[in-house]
Formats: sequence, C-alpha cells, structure tokens
Amino acid sequence: MSTIKVYVPRETSSVSVGANEVAVAIAREAGNAGASIELVRNGSWGASWLEPLVEVEVGEQRIAYGNVDADDVPGLFAAGFLEGGEHERRLGPVGEIPYLITQDRWTFWRVGLVESLSLDDYLLHQGFKALQKAWEIGADAVIDAVMEAGLRGRGGAGFPTGIKWRTVADAEGDQKYIACNADEGDSGTFSDRMLMEGDPFGLIESMAIAGFAVGANKGYIYLRSEYPLTHTILTRAIETAREAGWLGENIQGSGFDFDIELHLGAGSYVCGEETAMLESLEGKKGIVRYKPPLPAIEGLFGKPTVVNNVVTLASVPNIVNLGGERYSDMGVNRSKGTLAFQLAGNVKRGGLVEKSFGITVRELIEEYGGGTASGRPVKAVQIGGPLGAYLPAEQLDTPLDYEAFIEIGAMIGHGGIVVFDDTANMAQQARFAMEFCAIESCGKCTPCRIGSTRGVEVIDKLIAGEKRDESYDLLVELCDTMEDASLCAMGGMTPYPVRSVLKHFAKDFAPEAEA
Amino acid sequence: MTPRTIDSDAVATIVGQYDARPEMLVQILQRIVQQHGWISDAVIRQLAGELNLSRADVHGVVEYYHDFRTEPPGEHIVKICQAEACQAMGSRELTEHANNVVDEDTTLEPVYCLGNCACAPAVMVDGHTLGRVSTERFDAALAAMRGADS
Repeated sequence: MSTIKVYVPRETSSVSVGANEVAVAIAREAGNAGASIELVRNGSWGASWLEPLVEVEVGEQRIAYGNVDADDVPGLFAAGFLEGGEHERRLGPVGEIPYLITQDRWTFWRVGLVESLSLDDYLLHQGFKALQKAWEIGADAVIDAVMEAGLRGRGGAGFPTGIKWRTVADAEGDQKYIACNADEGDSGTFSDRMLMEGDPFGLIESMAIAGFAVGANKGYIYLRSEYPLTHTILTRAIETAREAGWLGENIQGSGFDFDIELHLGAGSYVCGEETAMLESLEGKKGIVRYKPPLPAIEGLFGKPTVVNNVVTLASVPNIVNLGGERYSDMGVNRSKGTLAFQLAGNVKRGGLVEKSFGITVRELIEEYGGGTASGRPVKAVQIGGPLGAYLPAEQLDTPLDYEAFIEIGAMIGHGGIVVFDDTANMAQQARFAMEFCAIESCGKCTPCRIGSTRGVEVIDKLIAGEKRDESYDLLVELCDTMEDASLCAMGGMTPYPVRSVLKHFAKDFAPEAEA
Repeated sequence: MTPRTIDSDAVATIVGQYDARPEMLVQILQRIVQQHGWISDAVIRQLAGELNLSRADVHGVVEYYHDFRTEPPGEHIVKICQAEACQAMGSRELTEHANNVVDEDTTLEPVYCLGNCACAPAVMVDGHTLGRVSTERFDAALAAMRGADS
C-alpha cells in the first residue's frame, strides 16, 4: 500500500480547536489499521469556521473533512477516510469549497496548499523564483514593478510601497534595513499570522527581495508575543533557509547578502506603530518618535529603513513574477490589487477572504460570512481594528476602497471586519475604545495620554445620564483635540469608533438602553 | 508557587545568548519572563550591570511592557482576550465566569487580541491558545491544566 498524505494544519486557530489532538488520533488509527500515511502540517486555507479542516490526498484531489474532532477519527477511518470515504464531516474536494475558490488569492496562494516548514515543498511551488528573477532584472526594475502595481501598505496606513522603497534605495548610507512589522495587534485581524504560519518561506523571500531592491543586507521581523506558535514556525523556517543557503552571505552564489533576525514584542499595542516598533527593536520603551525624519531616511539605529507589514511584503513576489500590471488590474480606483480581509467576531463563517478591492462590506459579511453566528441581525461592524469606526447596517454597502472609507469617516486599516449582533451595547463599545487607548497609550503626547482617561469618564457620565448635553459637547470637543493634536494614530484615531457610535448609535447612551 | 527569587546564573546565561547587546534588552527580558514568569528588582540591577545600561533605563523598559510582570505569577497563567472580536462573542461574560472559578494558584490576566478572532472567544492557558471557548470548554481547560500538575 502506498503512503497516503493526510493534511492537518499547524496553525493557531486550527490548533486552538483541537488540530494537534486530531493529528495524534489520525496517526494512532492509521497505525492500528496498518495504513502508511504521511502527516503533512500545512497552514490554514482560511476557512477558520471549518477548523480543524483535515484533507486526504486521493489521486489528484485533496478531500476535505471539516470541524473534525479527535473523537471523530475512529469513525472516519471506519468510513474509509483514507480513500476519501463518505462521512458527515466530509466536505468534498478542498478545491471546490465555494468560500475558497471564489477568492482572489494573490498573496495567500500558497497558504494551506504547502507544508509550511518544508523547503522542498516551497521550492516546488515557485519558491525563491521571484528572488532569482529580481537578481536578473535588477533592483530598479523591482521597485518599478512595485510602483506599477500600485501596492499600498497593508498595515493600515496605505502608503504607496514603491515610493517608500525608492526613498530608501536613494537614501545615503552604507547600512540599510528591512523591518517587517508583524505586530498585528488590531482585534479582528490575523492575516499576518496566517501568512507567517502557512507560508513562512514566502515572507523570508519577500524580505530578501525588499533588501535586494533597496540595498539592505539585514532584515528584522518584529513579531508580537501573543503568537507563540508563529514564533516557533518562523524560527525554524529562518534556520532552515539559512542552512540551505537562502539566507546569509552570498545567497546561492549570487553575491547578495541578506539575513533576518526575529524579535518578539512584549504586549504593547502601540509598538505596531512603525516608529514605536523601531524603538522596541532597539531594546527601548515603545514610545512613538516624532516624524520627520521618516524611517525611510532615519529609521532603525538611525539608518534608512523600509518598514512594511507582513502582507505588504508577501504581495511582492507575485508582482515580481507576474508584473505590476497584473496586480494593478485588480481592485478599484486608487485601491489596487487585493486585500486579505478577515471576518471575525459574531459571524457564522469567520476566516480569511482575499479579494480584490471594491467588494462591499455586505457582500463579505453575507456571502462569505453567512451573517451572524447568533443568527440575530447585524447591528454594527467594526473595520480596521480598535481605531476603526463602527458601521451601522445602512453603511454596509460601502465598497472596500481606502478613499471611499475615508469619505464616511472610517478606515480599512489591516482589513479586519468584526461583526456585532443586535445585543451589543454600542455605548460600552465607545467606552472601550477610550479605555483601550488609556491602557495602551505610550504616554508621550498629552491628548492621547490624558484625553483617553477623560474620555472614559465623560462617556461614563453620558451613560449615567449626567449633564447630558454638556457631556456630549465635551466628548465631541475631546475627540477633536485627540484627533488634531495626537502624535500618532493611537490617540489620533481613537475618536473614530467613538464618533461613529455618537453618530449612529446615540440611543445606546440613554440609561434605559443599559442592559 | 513560582519562586520569589530568580537565579542570577540563569539570567547571565540568557544575557550571554544575546552577546550582552544592549539593544536586545526587550528580547532578554522576554526570555527571562518566559522561563521564570517575572522580573525581579535583582534582575533589573543585574541586567543594568551586564548590559552597561542605567537601572532607570532597564526599569523603564520593564514598566513599559505588559508582558514584563514585576510580581511572581501563580502556578498557571490564564489570559482571556478582552478585545472587540471576542467581546462580540461573549468574552465579558466569560471573564466574569473565570473570575468565579479560577483558584489562587492561577494568575488571570487580560490580553488584547490573540489573533484567533474567527474562533472567538479566545483564551490562552499556559501559553496555548484555545478557541470557541464556552464556559464549559473553559472549565474543561482548567481541569486539564490542573490535571497536568499531578
């Protein structure tokens, strides 16, 4: 009997709902049955609601079984699981799951497909082809392709990546750095994590391409400490790449040197802000720097530095392979290409959906998400993390386009979409926005440090019905001050969710609305 | 209980692993917390000396980051996500439940996002992330955690 490949994700969400126990049970049952299997630990395809999602290779197809529990495994084997047998958990070929096949997988195409930590599998799936092409076409042509693609920073700010790279390439200095921001702190976001866990070599190659393009020989990954499994996977991938000569000096005899150092954060949200992250990488408190100088000119240790989010970087290899135009053909207006949207919170089918810009929030939530998990009506949707506005149901037809969101006082940010049903008390959510800012403020600027604490107090008064008009005016004024005078987005955008609640859910501030 | 002292040789070993580079302070502290659970005043003094930093510098960094506890934690550490995606799935109620059922050997801490937002509410028990945590699943996880001791 030939060896049968069985895929069980090693990915935080899947493991969090029992994937490791399922893998153990499958190995045990296969042993009992005398079957020869190869357990492949891949990333998650992104259909998190189906996790643990297990696949068996049958001929040319991978047959998926969803929501598999370790207790299901004996029954699965009895039903001929290794031949793709019928069972209530059987979903059919993974390549036919509508949630997955209707996506525009540009950046995440390898995630789920390959064995995360197998360099051989990576090389079989175009691994390091883009880096080799970059060497052929030269650094300028790489930057030109990124410019042509219209790629913008996926961390949230949406700054054109090509311009950033050109600035660093043109900056004076013998030492330059690539700093990958993997401090994915926004609630409702997990795309960086899924990319790093499912395609760690993809990130390594992407950083090497960035290094080659701008003339940097050293890269840093700043990974949040809340992702221990990601840390394990990245650590091993970096070691493997180094041993195989894909990191280090004179990579594959090309004459190009590049290595990566992996750093862990320590639980500070504001370290996701690029200058605070640089401070933390230097071993200091994660306090935001004044800009200018831009990190592209004076970044890490005062040297020109590309600071890019994980997904931004990971979008580049295909841009190099296929050309910038292919990327810019997707999307709408100035929002080119795709974004890995993340459906989270009270949603039936949560997970990662990489789609071209222009899809509406409603399409994502209804067609992919299937509505709320509770089955109740959607009351509000927070997009872009804790600094993003809460959209009421009537704004759900807004297309996901950076500029369209700015027009309605919202932001796309890192693409996290958190759904709330009609039991949510939005006054409590507005209070939490201020509370979170108070907890996480780095303390450098007054509007953020003090404003957030005062914000909590004023919202408490509003909720209690104390001096309602006066408190309302004070809160609006406080929001203006924080927005206009804060040093970074932490204080500057905390008013977004607060204002959106005042505008769309004002009646939740009435004491009688308190549950 | 976690010991109230941290072995200075163990700290020196960690510093050595990072070649005593002062810019690795956050990494060194993170490693100490992972191994020992907290950062003592003695550790702050030792690190200041070995990394050639002022005590105020080290103290400031320790105080700044949420991960760097300055008190020894309990035998187990349970973190419940308090961020929006988990709030939308009942993390406030879960936290209330947890406050009633954890014993004094367990340190209960808030965390703001474990990146498991599509499988909310999320909880981390001794470094392992759990998803879709109902109160029943929470109680089972606590029982398993205590069972691992015996």
